[in-house]
Amino acid sequence: MENLKKTPLYETHIALGGRMVDFGGWALPVQYSSIVEEHKAVRERVGLFDVSHMGEVMVEGKDAFEFIQRLVTNDITSMTPGRVRYSPVCYEDGGTVDDILVYKIEDDRYLLVINAGNTDKDYEWFAAHTFGDVRLENQSKGWAQLALQGPLFNEVLTAAGVEGTLPTKNYTFAESIKVAGVDCLVSVTGYTGEDGVELYCKAEDGARLHASLMAAGKEYGILPCGLGARDTLRFEAGMPLYGHELERDITPVEAGLGFAIKLKKENFIGLEALKAPKKRTRIGLRLVDKGIMREHAEVWADGRQIGHVTSGMPVPTLTGSYAMALIDVEYENCAEFTVVIRGRQLKAEQVAIPFYKKSK
Amino acid sequence: MTPNDRKYTKEHEWLLIEGNTVKIGITDHAQDALGDIVFVELPAVDDTFAEGESFAVVESVKAVSQIYTSIGGTVIEINEELDATPELLNSDPYEAFIAVFRADEIDESELLTAEEYDAFVASEA
Repeated sequence: MENLKKTPLYETHIALGGRMVDFGGWALPVQYSSIVEEHKAVRERVGLFDVSHMGEVMVEGKDAFEFIQRLVTNDITSMTPGRVRYSPVCYEDGGTVDDILVYKIEDDRYLLVINAGNTDKDYEWFAAHTFGDVRLENQSKGWAQLALQGPLFNEVLTAAGVEGTLPTKNYTFAESIKVAGVDCLVSVTGYTGEDGVELYCKAEDGARLHASLMAAGKEYGILPCGLGARDTLRFEAGMPLYGHELERDITPVEAGLGFAIKLKKENFIGLEALKAPKKRTRIGLRLVDKGIMREHAEVWADGRQIGHVTSGMPVPTLTGSYAMALIDVEYENCAEFTVVIRGRQLKAEQVAIPFYKKSK
Repeated sequence: MTPNDRKYTKEHEWLLIEGNTVKIGITDHAQDALGDIVFVELPAVDDTFAEGESFAVVESVKAVSQIYTSIGGTVIEINEELDATPELLNSDPYEAFIAVFRADEIDESELLTAEEYDAFVASEA
């Protein structure tokens, strides 16, 4: 643990009994109490995550819009200040550099929020594609980021004390909101399939904000949540995770992210490659036989391997074993597959992604 | 409290030895390290295993853990309750055994007492 990077919340995790693990070079808690209990807290009440390991890159300048527009597969033309947009970033061959959130702060000022493990690689990629008046700043060390997720998130914010007008619509944000006296950028986003917000503040304010939200959330049954629950929650909600559903050699088209790929856009990196018919596709599986499908398990049909599991785990809200798999596209309408677990061929059926949808 | 009516291994299993039958389960430390246990792949009665072989698999939300037998023998009973309620390994690890073996022979010299096991766990931390 000594050589790992620490978020501004490291001491908080230790004090709360977090079980610290090496997550891509970061010391972060996989759980505090139990992955299942933390998962349920978010689905039924509210949970608080430290996601300060995420990277933040500020993009400024007259050509910032055009620069980002060429970088991302989604279209940011219609974005107004205060909006957030999800987008993959691709290589020329269509492989995925990362999937990111674009925050439009002003017409010539954007914040890009990127995956922790990709921060250095992304920054280099961005820097290699700047032109004209574009200034990049890697601000990752300066920010703490907390995700407050679950149906009672708003009650917790109110109890903690809010000065300013909170954004309410999904994929919008507001700056300079005081939460428990801490200056925050509040974003109506998350990675759990549940309602909630993500709060960005100065690194040095992170621990204080976390403590205030935990205290305010006590009467609502808040739990501090670790990486384990973050993974089971995003998995149930059908969200891709870089390094699993998305990779250097997996295109966002194959990963089923067509909604965030605008092939009608004039020009962006990877456009030509992404126009080609996809060879593979992402599907959902539920195991019919007993067992648990895990990442890398082989998926078979017609007596041969036609794909593999990219994420697989038991999902606390449902019962049984679910998986997301990347398979040859010619089998995308197949109802039944065989999944190989420890040498045994087990029966799995195709099911829709997401596995879980919150009730309206 | 680590019960002192049985023996332990450095792989965090317990063995309750009565004559030539040996009941095997996982320790409290093991269940705590694994977290929420959601699936146990049990052996079948009459399966035989050599010393050091994996005879069961315990899966938590995050992890897959092989369970080894430190005595060779034949499975004479399995804990079928674990099929429907694998979480018994979390809630009651020293009651919830995984399987009972009829041992070919029992060599206790490599096994740890409760006190030695606790000291081993403390040294690993």
